Amino acid sequence: MSTQLTGVGIGRGSAVGSVIRMPDPLPEPADSPSTLSAEEEGARAAASLAAVAADIRARGERAGGPAKDVLEAQAFMAEDPTLSEDVTGRLATGKTAERAVFEAFAGFRDMLIGMGGYMGERATDLDDVSQRVVAHLLGVPAPGVPSPDSPFVLVARDLAPADTALLDLDKVLALITSEGGPTSHTAILARDKGIVAVVGVEPAVNLKDGDPVIVDAATGTVTLSPSDEELAAANAAIEARGSAIAAPTGPGALADGTMIPLLANLGSAAAAAGAVEKGAEGVGLFRTEFLFLDAKSAPTVEEQKAHYVAVLQAFPGKKVVVRVLDAGADKPLTFLNDAPEENPALGLRGLRALRAHEQILRDQLTALAQADAETESDLWVMAPMVSTVEESRYFTNLAHELGLKTAGVMVEVPSSALLADRILADADFASIGTNDLTQYTLAADRLLGSVAPFQDPWHPSVLRLVGEVGAAGAALGKPVGICGEAAADPQLAVVLVGLGATTLSMSPAALADVRAELLKFTLDQARAFATVALAASSAAEARAAVHAASDAILTAPSPTESESNGARS
Amino acid sequence: MAERTVSIGSSHGLHARPAALFTQAASQAGMPVQITKGAKKANAASILGVISLGIDHGDEVVLSADGENAEVVLEELAGMLEADMDQA
Repeated sequence: MSTQLTGVGIGRGSAVGSVIRMPDPLPEPADSPSTLSAEEEGARAAASLAAVAADIRARGERAGGPAKDVLEAQAFMAEDPTLSEDVTGRLATGKTAERAVFEAFAGFRDMLIGMGGYMGERATDLDDVSQRVVAHLLGVPAPGVPSPDSPFVLVARDLAPADTALLDLDKVLALITSEGGPTSHTAILARDKGIVAVVGVEPAVNLKDGDPVIVDAATGTVTLSPSDEELAAANAAIEARGSAIAAPTGPGALADGTMIPLLANLGSAAAAAGAVEKGAEGVGLFRTEFLFLDAKSAPTVEEQKAHYVAVLQAFPGKKVVVRVLDAGADKPLTFLNDAPEENPALGLRGLRALRAHEQILRDQLTALAQADAETESDLWVMAPMVSTVEESRYFTNLAHELGLKTAGVMVEVPSSALLADRILADADFASIGTNDLTQYTLAADRLLGSVAPFQDPWHPSVLRLVGEVGAAGAALGKPVGICGEAAADPQLAVVLVGLGATTLSMSPAALADVRAELLKFTLDQARAFATVALAASSAAEARAAVHAASDAILTAPSPTESESNGARS
Repeated sequence: MAERTVSIGSSHGLHARPAALFTQAASQAGMPVQITKGAKKANAASILGVISLGIDHGDEVVLSADGENAEVVLEELAGMLEADMDQA
């Protein structure tokens, strides 16, 4: 008998496989005095260190190859005499074995990180050994990223960037998380890499290693103990979707033929070829931060130009929207703004920082204009973090003065959305950054885990602001793009079009699902979804209401059916 | 007390794998062996101690040991350090 769990699906794929759980990271052992003698604690520590060394060595023997050397080195770390002396010294001050081991490893880890380079990268090896020894002392399973030989469905509370860095994504059939929402790191990773995922499935904490499951991101469901019929249907659906994605793509359009160009978000010129392959019709957001990060001073016009030429050449005759340097907040650059700020998200960031160092902005726009003159693509430029009409005017005028034909602004701050009619009077276009717009509308730091549930672009307040920009764009005949995570959510993408978005830009892996979803609905239906979503009281309600409305259209024949039939087949 | 001064042959210095091979051999020497780089000294049988010295290709280190056959033991360990263990 199968049972179903529900969460929020990311993308439209599905997968069939066996569960492997990500063990929860251990809490830091408390620094409270031991009730045992230093000798007794020493014996405990020695026994666990030896057991872990033996276990790691055995895994190395089984793995063979290069992994064996890495694991052998880890085993030596657990057996290390210098570490053992360090632990003994800490036990003499009355600490528990757990705490002493934790502190000793942490000390060596910090030393390796301080050495940087190759040694710094080995710090995670030490952390792994440390966690294993502490787990052994506590008698709990060792945490760490699982690495079985065959593909699996990974179940975790939520994944941290450090976890996913160690994950062999080729082996991951699907991701299920019990915590974390549609904008969690797991969801972003899944969208970026095109991995099937269902997040926020609370009962998933009860799944066990080896449980067979069907994961369906389109419906946001996880089916436990699936029947043979369910498995056969799921496998058929996976195959059908595989061939649909492999089929010729064509431009983005609604069922009634309304064109909605689908563009790619790119962070480097190197990613351009992959985006073209996945059917990107241009670039809706080219981030330029990579040129500036790790630099002590801004790159020269010549250095920048070479990079811009490379990306523009990949899209001849197509639109490429380049965002000028967006520094500050989560991306500080010392040469732009090194004054410490209490609230960097509300500080001197984006266009504000560039304006304070206008030469950097002038150089970047000059490099872009020169690259544009040498290439065939349609270059647009835009400024990040614009919050006033005056800023919009400033940037647009400067870009035009430096020879760029099309200059617009990102709408990420509610003030810009509310005055979109005045912003768009000067700017040639607007591009809505839904991640920041959500952060500023709901006053929830998007980098802060404790307020992550607020970071949901389905929130009707965010959608209403998107609608303001869409209406202003329509009235003035100016394009309105979306270039945040929201555009990569297929169902939300349809709503955004209903709110007036004329293009959608996303990570290339999301293009196929969004393209397929747009083809199912007409512009009138998309507008009806927008109305339904705007009437909701919460993000969850909006999502559920649109889901129900689209289900009704897709399952029940209606008078409008004949219009959309051709594209749905 | 026997001593040997050696120049490191491994092309990437004494990192994880060469360090593991070296400390494994040192731990089987039957006597405590010290490795010194500049002012810093470590137990040669300790991978963390050896790694903490941050030994790069071409660095000069001093091996020292006290005991019977110390000369022979150091000769063998010095040979390992001079070879390019990344190629082994």
